[in-house]
Amino acid sequence: MLDATEGYTTADGRKIGGVVMEMKNITLRFGGVVAIKDISFDIREGEIRAIIGPNGAGKSSMLNVISGFYIPQEGEVWFRGEKRPPVKPYEVARQGIARTFQNIALFEGMTVLDNVMTGRLTQMKAPIWAQAFWKGQAEREEVENREIAEKVIDFLEIQHIRKTPVSRLPYGLKKRVELARALAAEPKLLLLDEPMAGMNVEEKEDMSRFILDVNDEFGTTIALIEHDMGVVMDLSDRVVVMDYGKKIGDGTPDEVRNNQEVIDAYLGVAHD
Amino acid sequence: MPDQLIYAMEVTLNGLMAGVLYALVALGFVLIFKASGIFNYAQGVMALFAAMTLVGIMNGQVPFSHLINAIFGTHIHYFGWQVPALLAILLTVVVMVILAWMVQQFIMRHLVGQEPIILFMATIGLAYLLEGVADLMWGSEIKTLDVGLPQGINLWIDETTYGIFGYGFFIDNLDIVATIIAALLVAGLVAFAQFTKQGRAMRAVADDHQAALSVGISLNFIWVLVWSVAGFVALVAGIMWGTKSGVQFSLSLIALKALPVLMLGGFTSIPGAIVGGLIIGVGEKLFEFALGPALGGATENWFAYVLALIFLVFRPQGLFGEKIIERV
Ligand SMILES: Nc1ncnc2c1ncn2[C@@H]1O[C@H](COP(=O)(O)OP(=O)(O)O)[C@@H](O)[C@H]1O
Ligand SMILES: [Mg+2]
Repeated sequence: MLDATEGYTTADGRKIGGVVMEMKNITLRFGGVVAIKDISFDIREGEIRAIIGPNGAGKSSMLNVISGFYIPQEGEVWFRGEKRPPVKPYEVARQGIARTFQNIALFEGMTVLDNVMTGRLTQMKAPIWAQAFWKGQAEREEVENREIAEKVIDFLEIQHIRKTPVSRLPYGLKKRVELARALAAEPKLLLLDEPMAGMNVEEKEDMSRFILDVNDEFGTTIALIEHDMGVVMDLSDRVVVMDYGKKIGDGTPDEVRNNQEVIDAYLGVAHD
Repeated sequence: MPDQLIYAMEVTLNGLMAGVLYALVALGFVLIFKASGIFNYAQGVMALFAAMTLVGIMNGQVPFSHLINAIFGTHIHYFGWQVPALLAILLTVVVMVILAWMVQQFIMRHLVGQEPIILFMATIGLAYLLEGVADLMWGSEIKTLDVGLPQGINLWIDETTYGIFGYGFFIDNLDIVATIIAALLVAGLVAFAQFTKQGRAMRAVADDHQAALSVGISLNFIWVLVWSVAGFVALVAGIMWGTKSGVQFSLSLIALKALPVLMLGGFTSIPGAIVGGLIIGVGEKLFEFALGPALGGATENWFAYVLALIFLVFRPQGLFGEKIIERV
């Protein structure tokens, strides 16, 4: 645990640790549009943290700030007890933060297995000449990476499509492959942007189960975005609610559910 | 066997060898285009630059000597040493990597996310800049390049075919060596792309930038790598062509021969570049052989382009490219 602050115990008895990621007074603008307005919140070790809000609330923008795709104009990002300088997305990935995208970003021309293997790229350290001759460290690494990739594939129940080119897969399976690629990196923090969007009920149930299992079996800290409030409530330990770039609620699902501002936002009460 | 058929076989073989060179140049285009969406007009000039640098290093020429002499009133031109071919090739590779880094650092990095036409214009600028720099560094006179590759008629083929057909084929040793080296180069590139971390990252970037970033790949690094590999391919093409016809400005025009190859093979397909190159190489030689006399000769000047045009009309995505279906 990297932060001195105490954790907490969830309703179902899981131990949640100290703060892994802390956003302090983040403001992000696109020209005149303020996508995020002075938002602060933290993510704790081992928890499933949700960010919810109506479309256009700024949820994806927030995830992009965490993963380094967007650099906020104001505010600080603290990761594992250290203030993070402005970094590139690939550096964030190398620090152990993996992500999926709202609109799926897979390597369409590669097979499922190759896609998952790219998740291991950050873990490959052998120099190029060793790789060329398939010797020592390179060989060990490749074997180990392959094992981890296969384990993730088994875990997400996509063995039957291992060798299928991703471009041929239906939407729901693509979402799952994208999750597999992120998991293959063995991330400390996993960011999921609407992992269940556009899925049918059965697919949504599967995905919920996988998210819970990942958190449970590997202890992975997960931050996920959803715009459908119902789905999130059963899944997450704590919820940030955004609306028009502002944070309007933060707490356990029950707390958030009973927050008047949140209810208004979701019922579409006119903003003044 | 009728004589015409035997001649046609010889022409086909020679065409295959010429096609290998077209394929090599086209390969340089495909590499950069796949990874960054940039159509690199400067690929031909890169071959010229690489060949000039190689000759310059081998002869112990002082780079920028005209410039240095003009500024300081000195009269230096040569260091007075000769560099062995292999070492000179290695040094030229280093120069091409530095060039790749500079292109990325000072030009392409600032144009990320721009329209393809703007990237294309930038490479036109780069082509002329590089040509100027090459002249400034090494002087603009025609140079001969000899890295010790065998040249002249291959006697074994000549005698063997004479034994079989009663007519000896004329195949140049240089063409045979070029074919073998090109084949090794392609095999090496494929192995690199398939089995190394850097190669996988290269394929990933070629496929999807966002996704590549999310798995920890630095686009900047990959683009430097890709320009380096393209620079290396340009060097190999430059050596072959330069050995054959001397190192001079016309070498940069081989890029124009790569265009029809790309239209045939598709801009994103490595097998396409190879097959396209061979088809054009064989096609233009056979066409000239069969119909050249009737059409007034010199059909090699236009055959490739007309073939590419016909191809464009019927299969715009090329031989190996994926079919583009407009979503409506
Ligand atoms: N790259 C961008 N350029 C310009 N505007 C953007 C960009 N990304 C997001 N926005 C704007 O920021 C606001 C929040 O968008 P987003 O974060 O995608 O919301 P959500 O994910 O909650 O639906 C929207 O008004 C959107 O148009
Ligand atoms: Mg979104």
